[in-house]
Amino acid sequence: MKWETVIGLEVHVELSTETKMFCSCPAIFGAEPNTLCCPVCMGMPGALPTINAKAVEYAAMAGLALNCAVSPYSRFDRKNYFYPDLPKAYQISQLYHPLCTNGFIEIDVNGNKKKIRIKEIHMEEDAGKLFHSDSGETKIDFNRCGIPLIEIVSEADLSDEEEVTAYLEKLKLTLEYLGVSTCRMQEGALRADINLSVKKKDETELGVRTEMKNMNSFREIRRAVKSESERQISVLENGGVIVQETRRWDEEKGVSVSMRNKENVHDYRYFPEPDLPPIVLESEWIDLVKNKIPALAHERVLKYVELFGVSHADAKIITSQRALADFFENVCTRCENVKMASNLIVTEVVRLLKDDGIQASDMKLSAEKFAQIINLADRGDINVGTAKKIIAVAFSQNIDVPDYIKSNSLEQINDELVILPVAKDVVESNPKSLSDYMSGKKKAYGFLVGQIMEQFGFKANPTKVNECLMKILDEKSGGN
Amino acid sequence: MFDITAVKIGEKIKKGELSAVDVTVATIDRINALSGHYNEFITLDVQGAVAQAERVQKGIERGEFLSALAGVPFVVKDNICVKGMKMTCASKMLENFVSPYDATVITRLRKAGAIILGKTNMDEFAMGSTGENSYFGATLNPYDERRVAGGSSSGSAVAAALREGFYSLGTDTGGSIRQPCAYCGVTGIKTTYGVVSRYGLVAHASSLEQIGPMAVDAETCAAVLDLICGKDKFDSTTVDYNVEYLNSISNDIKGLKIGVLSESFSDKTDKTLGDNVLKVCDTLKYFGAQAEMFSMPITQYTLPAYYVISSAEASSNLARYDGVRYGLRSNFCNNIEELYVNSRSEGFGDEVKRRILLGTLVLSAGYYDDYYKLALRARETVKKAFEKAFEKYDVILSPTTPKVAPKINSIIKPIDMYFGDAYTVAVNLAGLPAVSFPCGFSDGLPTGAQLIGPAFSDAKLLNIVHQYQQITDYHKKTPECKKEGQV
Repeated sequence: MKWETVIGLEVHVELSTETKMFCSCPAIFGAEPNTLCCPVCMGMPGALPTINAKAVEYAAMAGLALNCAVSPYSRFDRKNYFYPDLPKAYQISQLYHPLCTNGFIEIDVNGNKKKIRIKEIHMEEDAGKLFHSDSGETKIDFNRCGIPLIEIVSEADLSDEEEVTAYLEKLKLTLEYLGVSTCRMQEGALRADINLSVKKKDETELGVRTEMKNMNSFREIRRAVKSESERQISVLENGGVIVQETRRWDEEKGVSVSMRNKENVHDYRYFPEPDLPPIVLESEWIDLVKNKIPALAHERVLKYVELFGVSHADAKIITSQRALADFFENVCTRCENVKMASNLIVTEVVRLLKDDGIQASDMKLSAEKFAQIINLADRGDINVGTAKKIIAVAFSQNIDVPDYIKSNSLEQINDELVILPVAKDVVESNPKSLSDYMSGKKKAYGFLVGQIMEQFGFKANPTKVNECLMKILDEKSGGN
Repeated sequence: MFDITAVKIGEKIKKGELSAVDVTVATIDRINALSGHYNEFITLDVQGAVAQAERVQKGIERGEFLSALAGVPFVVKDNICVKGMKMTCASKMLENFVSPYDATVITRLRKAGAIILGKTNMDEFAMGSTGENSYFGATLNPYDERRVAGGSSSGSAVAAALREGFYSLGTDTGGSIRQPCAYCGVTGIKTTYGVVSRYGLVAHASSLEQIGPMAVDAETCAAVLDLICGKDKFDSTTVDYNVEYLNSISNDIKGLKIGVLSESFSDKTDKTLGDNVLKVCDTLKYFGAQAEMFSMPITQYTLPAYYVISSAEASSNLARYDGVRYGLRSNFCNNIEELYVNSRSEGFGDEVKRRILLGTLVLSAGYYDDYYKLALRARETVKKAFEKAFEKYDVILSPTTPKVAPKINSIIKPIDMYFGDAYTVAVNLAGLPAVSFPCGFSDGLPTGAQLIGPAFSDAKLLNIVHQYQQITDYHKKTPECKKEGQV
């Protein structure tokens, strides 16, 4: 291939602290506009910021989990620019002395492992939100203003949309496991700026880059990376030049669009924030934060495979959301048949989550209830098919499992004396299937089992059904 | 009533000899009689003050409000937030702005039972050294109405000089407390950086400024500091440093070593003014102090470094006045760009614009290293020079200003106005405490002396000035005395 793409990402992540970065307003998403504001985050005359210690801890924890060094000395700077969502007309950020430096994320794309270096992680405050009405009015909601952010700046080590996706997925998963962010992209809790350039393969110097800001969906990020890379190559191949600029990704048209030139000539006039003292961290404090880091996804995969005998593929699925992994571990403490539990999580729970379009963290089904269902199935009180049905019900409704089984008569039918006559009837009334089976068509066997199960409203013990059917068929073939 | 000090008034109120209400009403009457002349007030809250006084008086009768200044009325520079009261910063930009919260110093003074009378005139956003840069007009000097009161805490200095309230709060970014104190013949202290909370002070240059008291004498300043100092969780640049100011005021100053800053007695300084300041040494020798001239050549870099750093911070601090959320919004805007440009063009006065432009320039790419960074280095050099001087001397003495109060409209070039701060800005760059106090008169106009000390020597400085004021009476003179030919 003649061209290669060089990509660096700046990922903004909102920290899920209780209060904002520089004041004590609640840091919550989705409240009534302008109800979570005070003189500090509104930039009223005379108000001063104070540092949220929890936010520093979360940021340091993120840095440590992403293999960064946490600086013993860091401090804040002001980034000056005018915009209606920025009440002080400067954002408190970190330019000269960021909190974390020199980390990396190891990604795996189709078995190819690659280390993506992280240049730095710095802390800053989020801006407010603008709402433009059709009538040309703009309204401002300052609730988001001052929510703690970390910006994770990668080196330009990424080469395509697959790597970008792998990097972002790993980053998101790590932060979710740390519990430092909800990472809800649809709520803007994780946004990526994509810096992208292309160059000829044999050239050492990087090409001119463009930036696409505030991307918050994996799908659009993939499309944007692919499209922008193709656009730049096409421009260069046709003898054009790439201009260093910010471009807006147009989802509908599927192309990036140049923004007004003015947006691109910002001189942010950074200078040290005089209202805040430097952050000085003792190594003991950093060690304490390090010790608070929970087992991350890749560590849990190993544990599930080795300790619980879960397949590697299933373990990956279970650990794909921290809440799901926590759910699984909670279930494991409550039931013997871990294998059945992992199977039903991977097949049933994951499907139900997907159908409802929700995250495991928002799931109503509790680990206690799920374990109860597994244990009933494991003991043979209900069959696995029934267990699946009850899981689906318990997923959306608050039911008492034993009551539900009783009132819907879902108990498993184990008695051969009950099953055998029904099985005989089914075989008698399906002579075609019987003859098919006899002539070696194994599919007919499955059909007969299905028919018998149906007679019992699928509540019969499948093993017993098999035994009874085999007995009948053996008799038939012996009789001929 | 107005020839006794704030602390004495406080004692009388506590003893029941005076009521907070009577004192407040009498002070308001005095203000009403005088304030028309000098333009020292922007907002007066007569009803509010009387209501506060009634509440505090009842409290005192119940045994509450035990502070030295309970029931004693005071005035506030109009760049300090008082909840529910207009806060204009003497700017058209904030002409109708009402503060939604109390500054920490106000919270603390309210808790101590102090009575807020109103807000004083000043240079717009505390930028100026004459008191002329106010949207509401210049503040006049009570000793000579043709002259300026000094700035930027002009109204607070005049109110203190005229005893319109028993003390004033001012703010000092580069001399804004000390310089008008010198011009109006009152005492004021700029504290060590971090001693007084800046929460609720409208920021001009955050790394330089402090709120401080301005009053008739050092004793009053000490009593106020006892109430407003100390760590504040809303201002992370405050320090955890506690000392009893009023209780230290009469300490022995025997053996005190005074370094007299030779550079401040050059030909740039008025002869009589300089002589008055030198006489302070003789007076303090009475208490066993020693004095000698010394040189600190660094002072020549302080003015440029100060204006670079203060303007840089101001350009950022004043960016929030954009017409979007509060303050003036231009009627002539079709888009956000015009809203910004026109609101700021209409709302700010010339001096403020000048500093915003200067500050924006020195922080811009290509200029940052040559100006801002260089100024920061000069600032470090100034700090070190002071540290070195304080190895040898306990305090440094200089005039507060090179000259007495100039005539109104006599300073045409901004740079000439900036030279009025030549002796005060170094203190702010180094974060040190300094007191300005009256040391005599020159042609009937007050002259001010400045004592600078090492960090956290605030109580010591007030102690020295208090001793000085025990055997001098310059601080007791009032502008009315002058009119009666007593000066």
